[in-house]
Amino acid sequence: MTWVNDVIQGILLGGYYAIIAAGLALMFGVMRIINLAHGDIAVLGAYLVYLLLEHWNTSPFIALLPVLPVMVLFGYFLQRLVLQRSLRSGLLTPLLATFGLSIVIQNVLEQSFGPDVQSLGGQAGSLVTAAWRINSDISISALAALIFGAAIVIYAALALFLSRTATGRRMRAAAEDPDTAELVGIDSRAVYARATAIAVGIATLGGLALALRTTYSPYSGPDQLIFAFEAVVIGGLGSSLWGALLGGIVLGIAQTIGAQINPEWSILAGHIVFLVVLISPRGGLLTLRSGRGVGRRALARGSAS
Amino acid sequence: MSLLAIDSLELRHGLLEAVRGVSLDLAEGEVVALVGANGAGKTTLLRGVAGAHRPAAGSISFDGADVTRTPAFKRVKMGIALVPEGRRLFANLTVEENLLVAAQRSRPGRWSVDTVLEAFPMLAPLRRQRAVTLSGGEQQATAIGRALMTNPRLILLDEVSLGLAPVAVEAVYESLRSVIAEGTTVLLVDQDFTRAAGLADHVVCMLEGRFVLVGKGSELTREQITEAYFGLGRAEVGA
Repeated sequence: MTWVNDVIQGILLGGYYAIIAAGLALMFGVMRIINLAHGDIAVLGAYLVYLLLEHWNTSPFIALLPVLPVMVLFGYFLQRLVLQRSLRSGLLTPLLATFGLSIVIQNVLEQSFGPDVQSLGGQAGSLVTAAWRINSDISISALAALIFGAAIVIYAALALFLSRTATGRRMRAAAEDPDTAELVGIDSRAVYARATAIAVGIATLGGLALALRTTYSPYSGPDQLIFAFEAVVIGGLGSSLWGALLGGIVLGIAQTIGAQINPEWSILAGHIVFLVVLISPRGGLLTLRSGRGVGRRALARGSAS
Repeated sequence: MSLLAIDSLELRHGLLEAVRGVSLDLAEGEVVALVGANGAGKTTLLRGVAGAHRPAAGSISFDGADVTRTPAFKRVKMGIALVPEGRRLFANLTVEENLLVAAQRSRPGRWSVDTVLEAFPMLAPLRRQRAVTLSGGEQQATAIGRALMTNPRLILLDEVSLGLAPVAVEAVYESLRSVIAEGTTVLLVDQDFTRAAGLADHVVCMLEGRFVLVGKGSELTREQITEAYFGLGRAEVGA
């Protein structure tokens, strides 16, 4: 029964990784930018919530409401003013730009809030301690269930947005072929800015989830980035949005089962699954099913004939 | 007044001068066929007019406005649409979605998803299929439909029949005739010279980035074109 519990806890933990991974996958899928500051942006969101709670006695969920639009705007202008310029000079420059941003965010947070660890768990009331006891071996924490539920809602909303709205359609078109997108009237820079805004918004939700479930410090970002990155790669590297959700869950299960074998192996087990997927010929769980790469090659063949 | 006026336009790929100072005026409703060997600069010229390639020198004006530095997506709104070489559809979008993405900066006009599907009946049953699953002819029809969705005043067609089965070429040209009949200005590149010249008011032959022969489609002989195409008798240069 402990194994069943491990898998359940792993799935729930995977929900958190999936939230952190969503924005990373979106930015990579649309713009081919690997945002190395993604984890730090999540932590920045958590600190903004913390800042509000210092002056305003309320729940972290209420404090999130004003923080979210601020972060979304931050994402929009981050793309417009920094990343868009860096995109002009190839794929390496945005990588360096986000690396620099990561360091800047970490140091600004340390200067402003100090190096101590924080947690918002205390302000969230009974949610953090509540749990459903299924039997003697299995109990499900209300917070973990809430985070997992939020992950499902975020992915479903993102999928609906991409498939059903005009902006989502343009985002997919610009992701596939930005040059042709411009030729049919799509301003790819505006589309990119919206994609980054959405990615930063979701990262903020991830930051709040992090702050509620555990402690964080100005230097927690890179760890979150690694988990997000592993989830995206396990899921098939931006080839499918749902892949990142699945990747997050696989990573979560690997970590809880690893911890069951030996508590020190928790993180290591996740890294091992990541490495196995990375070197496997399929390279990701959903790469073949999505058929994206296949489609591109087929069209390229069509144009070459 | 001419709808499109290209003046001493130069387009480069790095050090290579693909288009070397060409000038061309297109009146509203005119159909011009651009012919020439591979590497003559036809595709680059069309991409320059569409805004996908920044000119090194010279100017392009459209409907009296200088658009030399206008980005491609804004030229779409003004009424310039390019059907790119190799179709370049969005592979993972459905036929309908491929059409819809072009509607954002569309001008007012008769073209919508419904009218495009009427004009290309072969696409109607494929509406919800991903573009990657289409045949070459269906892809070309979708690409032309996607350009029409913007309700263009000037449509630039690159390699219309390249890689298509003869029957598909016929279908594509048939629908082009109806587009032209509505008064759309067309600048078209095709290796199938007879077909292109049959449709066009004027034929322009390009060689190594320059215009080497300009004439009425009905008056130019095959020999004249062949000479200009391969650059055999350079005495006849200009028009």
